[in-house]
Amino acid sequence: MRRLATIAGLAFLFSIPLWLGNFYLLHVCIITGIFIIAAMSLNLLLGYTGQLSLGQAAFFGIGAYVSSLASLGFEVHLLPDWLVTVDPKPVWFGMACAVVVTGLCGWAIGRIAFKVRGAYFVIVTISFAEVVRLVALNWDELTQGPMALNNIPPLSLVIPGLLDITFIGKVANYYLVLVFAILSYGIIARLVRSRAGRAMIALKENEALAASVGIDVTKYLVLATVMSAAIAGAAGALYAHYVRIVDPNVFLFIYTVTMVIMVVAGGKGTLAGPVVGGVIFGLLPEGLRSLAIAPEVQWIVYGILMILVVYLLPQGIVPALRPFLQHRRHLDAQKQPPADIPASEAMS
Amino acid sequence: MDLWKPQPVGRLPRFRQSLSRKSCVLDQLLQHCLNALVLGGTYALLGIGLTLIFGIMRVVNFTHGELYSFGAYMMFMFVMLLHLDFFLSLVLAMLLGIALGAAIEFLLLRKLRGADIDTTMLVMIGAWIAMQNLEQLVWSGVAKSIKTPFPSSPLVMGALSVSWNRLFVLAVALGLILCTYALVNRTRLGRAMRATFQDPDTAALMGVDIGTIYMSTFALGSGLAAAAGALLGPIFVVTPTMGDLASLKAFAIVILGGLGNIVGATIGGFILAFIEELGAGYISSGYRDAMGFLLIIAILLVRPTGLFSRKERIG
Repeated sequence: MRRLATIAGLAFLFSIPLWLGNFYLLHVCIITGIFIIAAMSLNLLLGYTGQLSLGQAAFFGIGAYVSSLASLGFEVHLLPDWLVTVDPKPVWFGMACAVVVTGLCGWAIGRIAFKVRGAYFVIVTISFAEVVRLVALNWDELTQGPMALNNIPPLSLVIPGLLDITFIGKVANYYLVLVFAILSYGIIARLVRSRAGRAMIALKENEALAASVGIDVTKYLVLATVMSAAIAGAAGALYAHYVRIVDPNVFLFIYTVTMVIMVVAGGKGTLAGPVVGGVIFGLLPEGLRSLAIAPEVQWIVYGILMILVVYLLPQGIVPALRPFLQHRRHLDAQKQPPADIPASEAMS
Repeated sequence: MDLWKPQPVGRLPRFRQSLSRKSCVLDQLLQHCLNALVLGGTYALLGIGLTLIFGIMRVVNFTHGELYSFGAYMMFMFVMLLHLDFFLSLVLAMLLGIALGAAIEFLLLRKLRGADIDTTMLVMIGAWIAMQNLEQLVWSGVAKSIKTPFPSSPLVMGALSVSWNRLFVLAVALGLILCTYALVNRTRLGRAMRATFQDPDTAALMGVDIGTIYMSTFALGSGLAAAAGALLGPIFVVTPTMGDLASLKAFAIVILGGLGNIVGATIGGFILAFIEELGAGYISSGYRDAMGFLLIIAILLVRPTGLFSRKERIG
């Protein structure tokens, strides 16, 4: 029953470009998909370890910049007489670089930021994002500053004699983003259901107790940050090669806020939460835009909705729906023999 | 040979040349310090407001920067649109900031008392987005400037110069800092605030009305932020996004000075201003605003409890 619903959902997602004639709406779906990936990465930190990182846009932006710079090539003076030249690399290599570099950034930030908790952690992550934004804005030899990186090549996969795809155009990018989203979902699902994931949840519930039973606090928090940063970096790289222009505005705090709203509204600490929240808050701006109101009003509505979500659905949409779903599953379980349970665990 | 006779510039004795270069460097340094002093006063106001709210209420107040820009816009409205007196406008802007702060506390935070810090933080982020865009809607994104009644020629002391407006800002800021210090340390309300800071439950048992304390704390902090905006608005220009950096800098100051520590926040404000001003002058002006954030990261690495904290522990 559950597997059937999953297959139906995936089939629906894969069929969207076939019947959705409107390319603009497909574009909205692609951007929403990219943000859902980023929101899923944030959920790993916020939902499973309980640490609110407001620097997620930094990882997203670093991923975008690293991947575009690697695929465009660059020349930069690291010291006045030490010129480093990097020739353009294939795009897939650039994206791999993005994942590795953001993972390393996540490791460094995790080591630094997890010396503190709560509000202080939040402020350290905001500071990190702001410093990175200012570097992207001011180091114009490398990043072109506010002039932005233009003409970023699209992703192309070439296996000689076998495969030659260039992800150009909306339909190809839609499938690319969808595959990446499913991949990230799978990685995160696998991680949170593993021993490491249970350790993270234990840390969220009670850090002192978790430490007392031998869970290495810093190790698991840093692991979560590295995974989260790497996935956010991949999302940023996808974004860069899709819109094909990157400027320092990708680091803006508002993108982090968008991800936070998606996670919190959908339900932090649930796998489906960021997806549900992402679909709602990714498509909502388009709904508001079709009402022909000023962008400021859209953002005001956004802010008010965020407050209302915290007041009315403090746990998020998915946990609010859970009693209903559990009731259904209960009925299913009555109909079927209990042998179904190991199967669902094997699926994860 | 008469040394005091005017000589052609190209033939200055060597020692005079080096002396003049040295004094020029010194003048420049002093000028930077003077600018930092003025900026530091308003930073301290922002930091004190936030450190009280953060320390007593445990609310990460993202609307702090909006109160700052609110103060600046009220100043613009009173001075440039309603043509009120400059000094009266300053007082009105601060009073309105206090009222707005009280309203935010009453509408948004009162029901969330006892909720965890992330929940209130999300509400404050939502309020911040809504307020900033409301501001943009009402005043448009175009930067506004405010006329001042001060003479446009600066006060010149030797090689240093400082505008009268900036001196006025420094004086008012220092006055407000002293008033706040006296309010918290010398009055009945201040004693109740400090008691609430130490232990809200015990304070409530001793008959302190926690609700009133929270509201007056938030109102006081907001009023100080609005005052900082109203003071700095006429020096710089007023834009809807001016509050963003102000918020983040205020956080830096709070971390620098330690939670709920007024003296720490004052010193922290001046330290941040000096680092920014000297960093912008001698390292790179593009990274001016990054200094505060690098400072936060460095301090939390070395001394996570802040520079001047006594017993507050971060956990």
